[in-house]
Amino acid sequence: MTVTGAPVWAVVPAAGVLLALALAAAVLDSVLDTAGIGADGTAQAVRGRRWSRPLAEAARLMRQRGRTTVEPDRLLWRIGTAGPLVAALLMAAVVPVGGTVVADLPVGVVWFNTVDVTLWAALWLAGWGPNSVYPLVGGYRFVAQALGYELPLMFALTAPAVAAESLRVGEVVRAQQGLWFVVWMPVAFVVFLGSVAAFGAWGPFSSPVGRDAAGGVLAEAAGVDRLLLLAGRYALLAAGSGMAVALFLGGGAGPWLPGWLWSLLKTLAVLAVLVVLHRRLPVLRPERIVRIGWLVALPAVLLQVLVVSAVMVAKG
Amino acid sequence: MQTALFCVLAVVAVASGAAVFVVDSMARATYALALSFVAVGVSLLLLDLAYLGVVTVLMMVMEMAIMAVFMVMFMMNPAGFMPMSMLHGKRAALAVSGGVFLALAALALLVPWPDRRGAAPADPTRAAGEAIMGSKMLVMIGVSAVLFTTIVAALVLAVARGRYGDDESAEHGHREGRGPHNGHGGGHGSHADHGGPGAHAGHGDHGGRIDHARHGTHAASRPEGSGT
Amino acid sequence: MTLELFLLLASALFAVGTYGALSQQSVVMVMMGLELMVNGVIVAAAAFWYFLAPAAPDGQVLVLVVIAAMTVDMAMGFAVVTLLFRAKDADMTDMAAELKR
Repeated sequence: MTVTGAPVWAVVPAAGVLLALALAAAVLDSVLDTAGIGADGTAQAVRGRRWSRPLAEAARLMRQRGRTTVEPDRLLWRIGTAGPLVAALLMAAVVPVGGTVVADLPVGVVWFNTVDVTLWAALWLAGWGPNSVYPLVGGYRFVAQALGYELPLMFALTAPAVAAESLRVGEVVRAQQGLWFVVWMPVAFVVFLGSVAAFGAWGPFSSPVGRDAAGGVLAEAAGVDRLLLLAGRYALLAAGSGMAVALFLGGGAGPWLPGWLWSLLKTLAVLAVLVVLHRRLPVLRPERIVRIGWLVALPAVLLQVLVVSAVMVAKG
Repeated sequence: MQTALFCVLAVVAVASGAAVFVVDSMARATYALALSFVAVGVSLLLLDLAYLGVVTVLMMVMEMAIMAVFMVMFMMNPAGFMPMSMLHGKRAALAVSGGVFLALAALALLVPWPDRRGAAPADPTRAAGEAIMGSKMLVMIGVSAVLFTTIVAALVLAVARGRYGDDESAEHGHREGRGPHNGHGGGHGSHADHGGPGAHAGHGDHGGRIDHARHGTHAASRPEGSGT
Repeated sequence: MTLELFLLLASALFAVGTYGALSQQSVVMVMMGLELMVNGVIVAAAAFWYFLAPAAPDGQVLVLVVIAAMTVDMAMGFAVVTLLFRAKDADMTDMAAELKR
C-alpha cells in the first residue's frame, strides 16, 4: 500500500479523528472504571450512565472556574498545559490513515521521536507552573521516568526504520506488504507500546499523575486547564496507537475493508489494549522504571535491532 | 517568503538567546535557550536538512529538560522571586562579545565566499548516513569512543557512592535511591534538609522556588517517612 | 536566503553566548552560554554545507559532531558541578578559584 501526503485542509479532519479516538479511549476507560474513582484519586460522583461520563465531565470542566495559586508562572503553566494535546496533534500529523497522511515527512519517524521528547518539557512545565508542591513532584517524576523509557523507545523506532530502509512512515508501511513487522519484531513492538503508555503517563507509568501525590501534575489544574491535560493524555495514547499500527501492524493493510477503516480499527484495538491494561497493572516508581528500562528493555531492544540488521544484511 | 521566514526565525533565535541572560526565573532561562535551539532547528529545515534540523530540536529539547532540573537544583534563586545580579565583569564581557560579533560579522560580509560547488543531493539524509557508514566512519567511531568515555567519567565524578558501596557521603544524606530512606522528600522530617541533588522541591539550602511548597513536602512526607 | 544572512545569525548567537559565558558567575549559566555559542557553530556549519559544498557530506557530519560535542560538554559540566557542590557547596566560578592552582 502506498502512502501519499494530503492537502493542507486534511489537518482539520485529522484533528477530529484524533479527538474522537481520545474520546473513545476515555469512554472505554470510564466503562471499565467500576469504582467511580478517577485516575487522580478524587472520588467522582457517578452521575448517569458510565459511558456518558467523559462527555459530562468535559462539560462540567468547561463550566468550572480555573484555579490560581500563589505566584504561578502563568506563561510556562499555559505552555505546559497545552503541551500534551499539541504534541499529540503533531504526532498524528505523520501517522498515515489508510493511504493518506497529513504530512509525509521524509524523516517522519524522527519527527515522532522529537515530538515525544518535547513532552519532557511540557509535563515538567505543567508541574512547575503552578508553584505548588504536588504538581512539581509530578513534573520531576515524569522527567525521571522519561530518562528510563526514552532510549528503549528510540531503538524500538529504529528497528522498523532499518527494516524499511527509510525514515518515512509511508515507506515503513509499504515495506510491511506480506509480513507485518510485529511478527519478527515483537520485542520492539512491546517496548514501543510500553513507551506510548509511558509518555502518556498511563497505567504502570502514571506516577506523575499518581494518587499518592494528590494527582501530581493534575493537582492544581481545574476547569479548562484540567480538560486540556486529560484530553491531551488520551490523545497521546491515540496518536501512539496510530503510530504502532503504522510501524508494526501493517498500517491500512487488510482484506475486504478499505485501508482507512483498517487503520482506524487497528488503532482502536491497540488503544483498547492500552486502556484495558491500565487498571490491571500496578504503578511503578520512576526509579524502578529507569532500572527496568536500562537493564531489561534497552538490551532486549538492542538485540532486536541487531537481529533486524542481520536479516537486512543477509537479504542484501 | 523563505527569506522572511528565516528572518523571523533568526530574530526569535537571537532574542530568546539573549533572554537566557536577562530573565530572573531559571525555568524561563532554560526554556528560552530551548526556544533558541528550536528556531535554529527549524532554520536548518530551510536548508533542506530535514534530519539534522529535527535531530537538533530533539537533542536540545531533551538537554534543556535535564538542564532545567540542574538549574533549579544549583541556582540560588531558581524561580526569580528575589531578583539578584549574578554577574562579574559585565562591562568587559559586553565589550568582548560586541567585538566578537563585529569581527565575525565583518568576516561573514567581507570575505569573498566561493561559488556553490555541486548541487544538494536529492536526499541529504541518505547522503549523511552513507557518509557516516562509509567515508566518514572513522569520525563517528571517534565520537562514539568519546561519548562512552564521557559516560564513565561523568558517572565517576558525580556519583557519591564510592567503589565499595556507600562511603562517608552516606551520612550526609546524599544516598540515592537505596535503602529504606528513599521516600520522596527524604524521611528525616526536618525541613532544614541538605538540599543536595535529589531534593525534589527546589534547592534546600538557598531557599528554593517555593517556600510553602518545600515545607509542604516535608509536612506531607512525615506520615509516610518509612522507618523514621 | 544567502550565506551572509545565515553567518550573521551564527555570529549573533555566538556573540550572545560569549557574553553569557564571560559574565555569568554560576557554572550552570556559563554552560548555557557555551551551548549558545555552539548553537551558532551549528548554524554556520549547516550554512557552509548548503551554500558552498552541498555535494560533499562533510558539513552534515560536522553538525553531527558538534551536537555530540554539546552533549559531552553538558554531561561533563554537570558532573563537575555536582562534584564541586558536593565537595564544598560551591556552584559559582569564583568560588572554585583554587582550580587555578
